Amino acid sequence: MSPRGRLLVFLVPALAGAALFVWAFTGLPRFGHYPGPYGDIINARAGPERHATSAVTPVVFDYRGFDTIGEEFILFAAVIGVSMLLRRQRDEEEHSPRDHAEAHAALPTADAVRILCMALVAPMIVLGTYIVTHGHLTPGGGFQGGVILAGGPILVYLAGRYITFRQLSPMALLDLGEGAGAGGFVLIGFVGLLAGAAFLENVFPLGKTGSVFSAGTMPVINLAVGLEVAAGVVLIIFEFLEQALIVGVRESN
Amino acid sequence: MSDALQAIALLTVAVFAVGVVANRDPLPQAIAFSFFGLSLFVLFLVLQAPDVSLSAMVVGALAYPLMTLLTLAKVRDRER
Repeated sequence: MSPRGRLLVFLVPALAGAALFVWAFTGLPRFGHYPGPYGDIINARAGPERHATSAVTPVVFDYRGFDTIGEEFILFAAVIGVSMLLRRQRDEEEHSPRDHAEAHAALPTADAVRILCMALVAPMIVLGTYIVTHGHLTPGGGFQGGVILAGGPILVYLAGRYITFRQLSPMALLDLGEGAGAGGFVLIGFVGLLAGAAFLENVFPLGKTGSVFSAGTMPVINLAVGLEVAAGVVLIIFEFLEQALIVGVRESN
Repeated sequence: MSDALQAIALLTVAVFAVGVVANRDPLPQAIAFSFFGLSLFVLFLVLQAPDVSLSAMVVGALAYPLMTLLTLAKVRDRER
C-alpha cells in the first residue's frame, strides 16, 4: 500500500474516533457534579448501618466484600506467578552478593541515605499498622497499609543491608503470612454462614461508632488483607532483589 | 481556590505523563514514572479521594518504579 493510502486508512477512522470521543464528552455530567444515587445512599447509611466513619471501607469490605475477595486473590496469584517465573533457572547459579557487588563496582550507599532509611523504618511500620487497623475510621485499609508495612523491610535493604533484609523476612514466615491472610478473608466469610446468615455478612458486633473495635467484620478483614498484602509485596521485592543481586548466568567452561 | 488547585493538579499529571511517554531510555523513564505516580497522588488528594490517593502513592510512586529499577539492574547484569 502506498504511504498516501496508509495515511488515508489511518486518518478516516482516527477522525471518526475523535468525533465520537468529543460527542461522548458532551454527554458527561459536569465536572464535580455526581449524578448517581448510590454514593449518596452509601454516605447516608454506612454510618448508622455499619458503624463505620470511612464510607469507602464498608463498600469494599462489607457491601461489596465478595468482589474484594476476587481482588485479593488476583494479588495472591500475581505473587505466586512472580515466584514461579523468577525461580532459579537451569543456566543460572547463585553468587554471594558481596562478590557480585565488587564485580559491579557499584557506588557505596551514602551515609546520609543509610541514616535516613534506618530512621524511617520504625515510623513506616507504625504508619502501616495505623492505616491497616483504622481502615473503617479513616482513609486507607488493608491494601494501602499492607504496602506501607512492606516498606519497612525494603527501607532496611535501602539502608544497605541485604543480609539484614533477608533475616528480617524469612521465606517460610512470608509464605505463611501470605497464605494465612488470603485464607483468613475467606474464613471470615464462612463465619457469616456459620451464624446462619449469608457468606461474608457482617455478623460481628458493630460496637461504638468511631472506636477501633467497631464496624464488625471490617477491621478483622482489614487485618487479614494487610497481612497478605505486606507479605505478598515483600515476597515480590524479595524475588526481584534475589534476581538482581544473587542469581547470575553460570559461567560456561 | 479548590478549582485552581484541581486545575494545577490535573496539569501536573498531564506534564509528568507526557514526560514518561517522551522518555525513551528505561532508567530515566522509571524515575519519571515515579514523579507521575506522585502527581497522581496529589490529584486524587485534591479531588478528595484519599483512599485512592494512598493506593496511588504506594503503588505508583514506590512499588512499581522499584520493580522496574530492579529489573533494569538484572537486565544490565545479563548484558555484561
